[in-house]
Amino acid sequence: MKVLWLQSGGCGGCTQSMLCSEPRSLFDELRDAGIEFLWHPALSVESGEEALAILEDCAEGRLAFDALCIEGAMLRGPNGTGKFHLMAGSGRPLTEWVARLARHAKWVFAIGSCTAYGGFSANTPGNPLEACGLQFDEQTPGGLLGAGFQSAAALPVINIAGCPTHPGWVVDTLEKAALEGLRPEDLDEYGRPLLYAGELVHHGCARNEFYEFKASAMKQSDLGCLMENLGCKGTQAHADCNLRPWNGSGSCLRGGFACIACTEPGFESPGHAFQETPKLAGIPIGLPTDMPKAWFVALAALSKSATPKRVRNNAVEDHPVVMPAVRKKGGSK
Amino acid sequence: MTRIVVGPFNRVEGDLEVSLDVEAGRIQSAQVNSPLFRGFEQIMVGRAPLDALAIVPRICGICSVAQSAAAASALAEAMGVVPTVNGKISRNLICATENLADHLTHFYLFFMPDFARPAYADRSWHGAVSKRFTAVRGDAAAEVLPARAGFLRLMGFLAGRWPHTLAIQPGGSTRAITVGERIRLLALLREFRGFLEKRLFGDSLAAVAQLASKDQLLAWADGRPGDFSAFLHAASDLGLDKLGCAYDAFLSYGAYDLFPAGTWQAGQAATFDPVAIDEDTTSAWLAAGQPRHPAQGETIVDANKPDAYTWCKAPRYAGQPYEVGALARQVVAGHPLARDLVQREGASVMARVVARLLELALVLPAMEGWVNALQPGEPFCAHGEMPDDATGTGLVEAARGSLGHWLSIKRGHIERYQIIAPTTWNFSPRDASNQPGPLEQALVGLPAGEGAPPTVQHVVRSFDPCMVCTVH
Ligand code: SF4
Ligand code: SF4
Repeated sequence: MKVLWLQSGGCGGCTQSMLCSEPRSLFDELRDAGIEFLWHPALSVESGEEALAILEDCAEGRLAFDALCIEGAMLRGPNGTGKFHLMAGSGRPLTEWVARLARHAKWVFAIGSCTAYGGFSANTPGNPLEACGLQFDEQTPGGLLGAGFQSAAALPVINIAGCPTHPGWVVDTLEKAALEGLRPEDLDEYGRPLLYAGELVHHGCARNEFYEFKASAMKQSDLGCLMENLGCKGTQAHADCNLRPWNGSGSCLRGGFACIACTEPGFESPGHAFQETPKLAGIPIGLPTDMPKAWFVALAALSKSATPKRVRNNAVEDHPVVMPAVRKKGGSK
Repeated sequence: MTRIVVGPFNRVEGDLEVSLDVEAGRIQSAQVNSPLFRGFEQIMVGRAPLDALAIVPRICGICSVAQSAAAASALAEAMGVVPTVNGKISRNLICATENLADHLTHFYLFFMPDFARPAYADRSWHGAVSKRFTAVRGDAAAEVLPARAGFLRLMGFLAGRWPHTLAIQPGGSTRAITVGERIRLLALLREFRGFLEKRLFGDSLAAVAQLASKDQLLAWADGRPGDFSAFLHAASDLGLDKLGCAYDAFLSYGAYDLFPAGTWQAGQAATFDPVAIDEDTTSAWLAAGQPRHPAQGETIVDANKPDAYTWCKAPRYAGQPYEVGALARQVVAGHPLARDLVQREGASVMARVVARLLELALVLPAMEGWVNALQPGEPFCAHGEMPDDATGTGLVEAARGSLGHWLSIKRGHIERYQIIAPTTWNFSPRDASNQPGPLEQALVGLPAGEGAPPTVQHVVRSFDPCMVCTVH
C-alpha cells in the first residue's frame, strides 16, 4: 500500500506521536506489512521541485497511490481563498491539493482530530480561518470533501481521531486496510475505526475503584476519580487509552489529569473550563451517557456512604497514604 | 538576477518556503516565508486562564511540553504560586526529555539524510553515510526509532503521555512518582545513555562533554566509529564548519537552572533583560504599527498587505535580530567548545549541530541526578487561586531555543496572549529598518541554482526550524 501524506493546519503532533510506535521501529513495522510512504513531509528525502513533481503526478492520476493521509485542519480562509495555507513552492492552497488528490485515493485517512473535525483552528471565535475537517465541520457532516464523498474503496473518510492520535491507532488502521481492507461496519458514526473507538477511555482506568465509590479528587495531582470535580470525560470519550498504554505505561488519567475527550468532535470548546466539572445543584452535568441520571445519583449516594477509609483518604492525596489491608492467617485476634 | 523559490522545504516541522535572489550562482538575498497561519493567540482570548494548559501544547507536536511549561510559568506568575521541589524537578525532567528526544530526531531523521543525496556520490564517505542515513530506509532509522520511543517512555511515567500532556501545572506536576517508578526512570535513562555512547558518540558522555575546542573535537573524532564522527568528517570535507553564519548574536532565557540566561554578541556576554524584546510586523501579513513588546502585542490579519511575504513576525532584542537554539544556549552558558567554534568561524552549520549533540552529553547526566533527587511521598504540586486580574510571563528554552508566553487576565478570562517561538526569532523576516532575520542573513553568499550542492538545505536545517510554532 503506497501512502501519500500531507500536513496542513495542525501541529505535526500526530506524526511525532506515530514515530513513538512500539515495540518495533515504525519503518520496519510498516515495511513488513507492505506499507510504504510515497512521500511524507517530515520523513522523505524529496524536497522542493522533486516533491511537487510527485504530488502533481499523483493529483493528475499519472502516479498510482493507495492511501491519502492528511494531518491538520483544512484552512479555507480568508474569504474562501485558502491563503492561510498555501503549499510551499506551489502557490496553490493546500485545500485544493487535497481535493485533487482525494479523487485518486483508494482510502482517505484523516490523521488526528484537526483533520477529522476541524480541531482548535476551527475553534477560534468566529472561525476566521474558515477551518474544517475533511468530511466534518465539528459534529456536522460536510467539511472540505462534502458529506457524500466516498473514496475509490467506497468508504467515507476514515477518521483516526485523537489529539494526538495514538501510534497504535494509526498503525493498526493502516495495516487493517492494507492486509484485510476496511468496511463501513468497521467504523462508527463519526468515521472512527472501532478497533480503538469501540472502547471508552473509562475502561481500564486505574482510578476505576475511586469511581465506583465516588471517591473524588479535589485538586490537581490527587489520586481520586477526576469526574466529579476536575472535568474528566472518560465515561463519554471513545478510545482505548487506558487499555493501550501511551509511551510504554502512560495515559492521561495515569498522568494525573482529566480526559478532555480529544477523540470527540468539538472537544476543543466544551462550554466550560477544561479542568472543571460543570454542576447543577451539586450534581455533575454530562454524566455517563448510557446511565439514567436518577440511578446515577442514587447509586452515588449509596456508594459514597460505603466508601472504605483507604479509598476515601487516598483519593485526596498524590500518593497512597493508607495501604490495602493485609489479611493475617488464623483469623482475627 | 534570477529568483528561485524553494519549497516545500520538508524534513522540518511544518511548512516553509525560501525565495532566493541569485546572481552568478550565489545568493544575493533571501526571503523566508512561512506560508501557513494558525492564529492560536486569538483562540486563547476569552477562555478561562487554565484552559491555556490544554490549548498551547497543540501549537506544536514537537515541543508541546515546552509550550505547556511556558504557559504554566506565566500562569504561576499570575497566581503567585511557586512549584514544589518535586514539581520543579519533574518539570525539568519532562522538558529535558522532550528537548533531547528532539535533538536526536533532528540529527537522525531530519538533518543527516541530506548527506546521502546523489550530489555527494563522488565523496569518499558517501557509501557508508548513505547506507546508514538514507531517509526512512537507512539502517540508523531502524535503530534510532526504538531508542527514541524507549527514551520517551519517561513521559509515560512523568507526564502520562507525549505529545500534549496536562501534567505540567503552575504548581508543579499532577503526577507523583513512586519509589518503584524512580528505579524505572533510572533504568530508562541508562538505556538511552547506552544508545548514545555506543552508536552516536562511540565514547562516554563525560568524554564528549569535556571537549573544549574545535581542535580537540576533530582530533577526538578522527578514526572514531559513531554517527557524530561520521557527521564531523562529512561536514569538514564540505566546509560546513565555515558556512551558514548569521549575526553571531545569541540569546538564551536559561534552562533547568543548569544553563544561565543571557546574551552574547561580538565576543561579549551580557545579562538578559526581558523588557528589550519587541515584535515588528512590517513584512508579515499582519496589521502594521510600531513594534510592540509582547505584553502589549497584537495579531491582526491583513492578508493582502503589499510587500509582506510571510505569516511570521520579526522579534528583535534591543532592535537587533538574535539567534536562539542549542548553540546560543551553550555559547551564553560559556561552554568552551561552543565558544571556540563561534569565535573561530562564527555560528556555522557544524557549530549548530555540534551544540545539539553536546547537549545530549551534558543534559542526560543531569537528568540522572534529578531523578535521584526526587522525594517520593513529598508533594509534587502546589495549589493556589487564580486572580480575576493579573499578568504573567513564561520564558523557557525549547529544544530550538527561547520560547516566551505573555498573558494578561481580565475579569477572570484571558484578555491577551502573545507567543514568541524560537523559530520566530531565527526565521524572522525583515523589520521596519529592513534588517533580514538570522536565516535570511545566513543564506547570503551561498551557492544556489542549477547544479549547486544542497548547501541551502544544510543551512536551513541546521537551525532545526519549526514552522508550526512560528505561525502558532
Ligand atoms: S490532532 Fe492534535 S496532535 Fe494531531 S495535528 Fe492536530 S493539534 Fe496536532
Ligand atoms: S478518572 Fe475519568 S476515566 Fe478514570 S475512572 Fe474517573 S471518570 Fe473514569
